[in-house]
Amino acid sequence: MSFQEVIFYLFSLALLLSAGAVVVSRNTIYSALFLILTFFTTSAIWLLLQAEFLAITLILVYVGAVMVLFLFVVMMLDVNLARLKEGFIQYLPVALLVLVVMAAEMIMVVGSDKFSTEAYPLPVPKPADYSNTKELGSVLYTDFVLQFEIAAVILLVAIIAAIALTMRRRPNTKYQSPAKQVMVKKEDRLRVVKMDSE
Amino acid sequence: MIPLSSYLILAAILFAISIAGIFINRKNIIVLLMCIELMLLAVNINFIAFSHFLGDLSGQIFVFFILTVAAAEAAIGLAILVVLFRSRSTINVNDLNTLKG
Repeated sequence: MSFQEVIFYLFSLALLLSAGAVVVSRNTIYSALFLILTFFTTSAIWLLLQAEFLAITLILVYVGAVMVLFLFVVMMLDVNLARLKEGFIQYLPVALLVLVVMAAEMIMVVGSDKFSTEAYPLPVPKPADYSNTKELGSVLYTDFVLQFEIAAVILLVAIIAAIALTMRRRPNTKYQSPAKQVMVKKEDRLRVVKMDSE
Repeated sequence: MIPLSSYLILAAILFAISIAGIFINRKNIIVLLMCIELMLLAVNINFIAFSHFLGDLSGQIFVFFILTVAAAEAAIGLAILVVLFRSRSTINVNDLNTLKG
């Protein structure tokens, strides 16, 4: 068994176990933490597939931003965990049935000869000076530039929507009014009093 | 060396686990969102495996866009969740029956 195979099977095992732990954890915090582990192991597998840029992006974007957001929301909401786990045992048999049947069907399809080494030969390893980020950038900014711009717009919409949804005005909070601050004149604030010197 | 089918089988099992997670955790919206993230991850593994074995970078570009959209979706979903909790003080799916659809 080669070094790459050892790495692949080790990380695959960790990936599947942590994904299972995400699903069955009693506490939502544990689910979020196991999801972080899942993303980490997935990025290791992407490194094996020589997708270095996306592996780093997965850690930066998902572990750094999205999972922190999840943890933030989980800790901010005071959730009754016992009620949320009702029906866990009740739905477990059907979930296991669906899991086994779906996995078996898909493994029968993708594990067949159509995707074996004969049909898809192993690619030649890239030279040491090959830069995945550079190649990706040269495609992203030429052929896919319109889609790239649309992705930027989607992120902008997400920012505005998230802020607009969660912002609330409380009646007795004090706010600054920039328009009034700009329009203020000297006469409104300053009063010159003429008086005799004493 | 690792054939393409190993990666595809890994992604298939991951996808099946997340489907089972949606069945089990049907009361908890936060874990449902996490299961959707797991599904997208399984699809991304497929994209990157095919991109590697076909020598075509378009698959990786697609994963890039999926990551973007998934991040936006998670942000908006959690924002909706916070608003929901503020108005109903619950995130149990069974209690969210105002729309009677």
